[in-house]
Amino acid sequence: MILSDQDIKKIAHLARIDVSDEQVTALRPELGKILTMIEHMDSVDTQNVAPLSHPIEANQRLRLDEVTEINQRDTFQKIAPNADHGLYFVPLVIE
Amino acid sequence: MHNHTIATLRKMLDAKEISSVELTQHYLKRIHQYQSSLNAFITICDETAIAQAVEADQRIHQGNAQALTGIPLAQKDIFCTKGIKTSCGSKMLDNFIAPYESTVTEKFLQAGAVMLGKTNMDEFAMGSSNETSFYGAVKNPWDLSTVPGGSSGGSSAAVAAQLAPASTGTDTGGSIRQPAALTGICGIKPTYGAVSRYGMIAFASSLDQAGPMGKTAEDLAIVLNTMAGFDPKDSTSIERPKTDYTAQLNQPLKGLRIGVPKAFFTEQLDSNIAAVIQTALRLYESQGATIHDISLPHNDVATAAYYVIAPAECSSNLSRFDGVRYGYRCANPKNLLDLYQRSRSEGLGMEVKRRIMMGTYALSSNVYEACYLKAQKIRCLIRQDFLDAFETVDVIMGPTSPTTAFKIGERSKDPIAMYLSDMYTIAVNLAGLPGASIPAGFVNNMPVGLQIIGNYFDEARILNVAHQYQQLTDWHLQTPAAFK
Repeated sequence: MILSDQDIKKIAHLARIDVSDEQVTALRPELGKILTMIEHMDSVDTQNVAPLSHPIEANQRLRLDEVTEINQRDTFQKIAPNADHGLYFVPLVIE
Repeated sequence: MHNHTIATLRKMLDAKEISSVELTQHYLKRIHQYQSSLNAFITICDETAIAQAVEADQRIHQGNAQALTGIPLAQKDIFCTKGIKTSCGSKMLDNFIAPYESTVTEKFLQAGAVMLGKTNMDEFAMGSSNETSFYGAVKNPWDLSTVPGGSSGGSSAAVAAQLAPASTGTDTGGSIRQPAALTGICGIKPTYGAVSRYGMIAFASSLDQAGPMGKTAEDLAIVLNTMAGFDPKDSTSIERPKTDYTAQLNQPLKGLRIGVPKAFFTEQLDSNIAAVIQTALRLYESQGATIHDISLPHNDVATAAYYVIAPAECSSNLSRFDGVRYGYRCANPKNLLDLYQRSRSEGLGMEVKRRIMMGTYALSSNVYEACYLKAQKIRCLIRQDFLDAFETVDVIMGPTSPTTAFKIGERSKDPIAMYLSDMYTIAVNLAGLPGASIPAGFVNNMPVGLQIIGNYFDEARILNVAHQYQQLTDWHLQTPAAFK
C-alpha cells in the first residue's frame, strides 16, 4: 500500500510534526515499505481471536484514595523552557 | 581489575582487597580513555560516582554491605536520574535534568551501587544499531566499524569493552538481547511487569521492560535481584513474592527439556550462526538435556504486528514532548501550533518521527481495525504459540540475531532491513515473556548470541540454564583485544 503525499501531510499534521516537501518525498517509499511489511498480517486468519492489549492479563490495581503526591510545581517548572509565576508561557492563543 | 565479575568484585570489596573508590576511579579512567573511540556514554558522572563510592566504602567498613554496595554500574540514559541529565538519546531532552528518580536507579542507590554514567542509546530506544542517537553512533568494541546493536548499544559496548562490570538496558523488541549478542555479553529481558517502569522513559508501554547486561549469567542474577520487584508506582508492576534469581544457578541440566523452533532457522539466518547454535544445543544434550522441535507458527508475522503496536504506543507516549513543560522548544514560535510542530520536528530525529507517524496512521479511524486491532489479535496468537510450547518444554532456544554485528551505515538507510535484526526477539516482547542472550561462539571473529526464552517469571531457570553453560564454555570470558 502506498500513501499519497496528501495522506502523509495529514498524518504529520495529526502527529504535530512539520514535514517539508522533500521529507514527504523521502517518507513515501519508506512508509510504503513498512506498510507492505505490515500487510503480511493479512495472511493470518484472526476471526474469533480476541485482541490482546497487555501481555499479562492482570486487573487494574486499585489503591486507597490517599494523597501521595506533594506539590512540586516550582521543581517541575524550573526545567520548563518558559515558565514564570507558576505559569507556562506559550504564544497567544486567544486574541 | 576490570576483568572481574561482580561476584568476584564483591568478595574483593568485602575482604578489603580493594576499595570502591579505587574500583570506581579505575573504571572512570577507562571510560574517559575510550570515550572518543567508542562513544558509549552520554554523561560521565565523575563527581557523583566518587561520592557514592566513598559512601559505599563506609557501608562496607560498617559491615552493612549489600550485594551491589560499592559496585560500579553504567545506567542506560533512559532512566530518570534526579539532578543528572537524562536525554534518552534525543535532542528533545538534551537539556533535561530529571526532577525525580526512576525506581530502578533508586533501588541501585539504596543498595549502595555506584553510577559511573549514563550510556548512549538509540533515540527514545527506537533502533537496533545505536545509530539513531542524537549523540552519534556507538562503536562495537570487537570491530569499530560495526554497530554494537541497539537500542541499549552504549550499555552493551561499555560491558564488552570492560568500562563497567555491568549495565542496565531496556528491551521493547530486543534492545537488551540483540546488543548483548552483537557485543558478546549477557543480557536478560525479564517478564513484563517484573521490573518497575516508573521513571523509565516510555517507548511502547505494553512491551518495554528493563533488565541487566553483564559478563556472566551469575552477574545478571545478582543485578536483577536488586532491580526487580513490585512497585506500587508502576500500575503494570506485578505483585508477587520476591524471587532470589541466584538460588537455582547450580541446578544440574539433566532432564531439561529444550524447545527449538523451526521458525528460527530459516534462510534469513546466517548459516554459520546456525552452526554455532547447533553446537551449543549439542553441549546441552551432552549434559542430559533433551531437544524437542517446537512450532511457533505465527513468528513470521511478529515483526509486522510489532511495527503496528510499538509505533501506535510510541505515537501516544511521545505526544508529551510538546515544547511546553520541559525539553526542547523551537525559537520564535509564530503560534501554538507552530510551537508544537517545530519543537517536535526540530527536537526529534527521523526514525522517531517515522514511527510516530506510522503509529498515528495505525490508530487513525479508517484503518484502526485492519491495522491496530489486527495486530493485537495476532499478538494473542503469538502468546498462545508460546503457551502451547511451554506445555512440553522448559525453555526455548535459538539464535538471538540473524547476523553478527553489521557495518555502521549498512542498514541505516533501509528501515525494513534494520527492523529484521530483531526477528527472533520481537515475539518474546509481544508475549511478555522473559528472554536472555548469552555468548555462544564467534563467526569471523564476531560474537554470536544464544537466545534462551523462558515461561512467565521463570528468569531464575533461564539464568540457571545459562550459568550451567558458562561452567562448560569460555565464550563469555572472551574480550576484544583492544580493550583487555
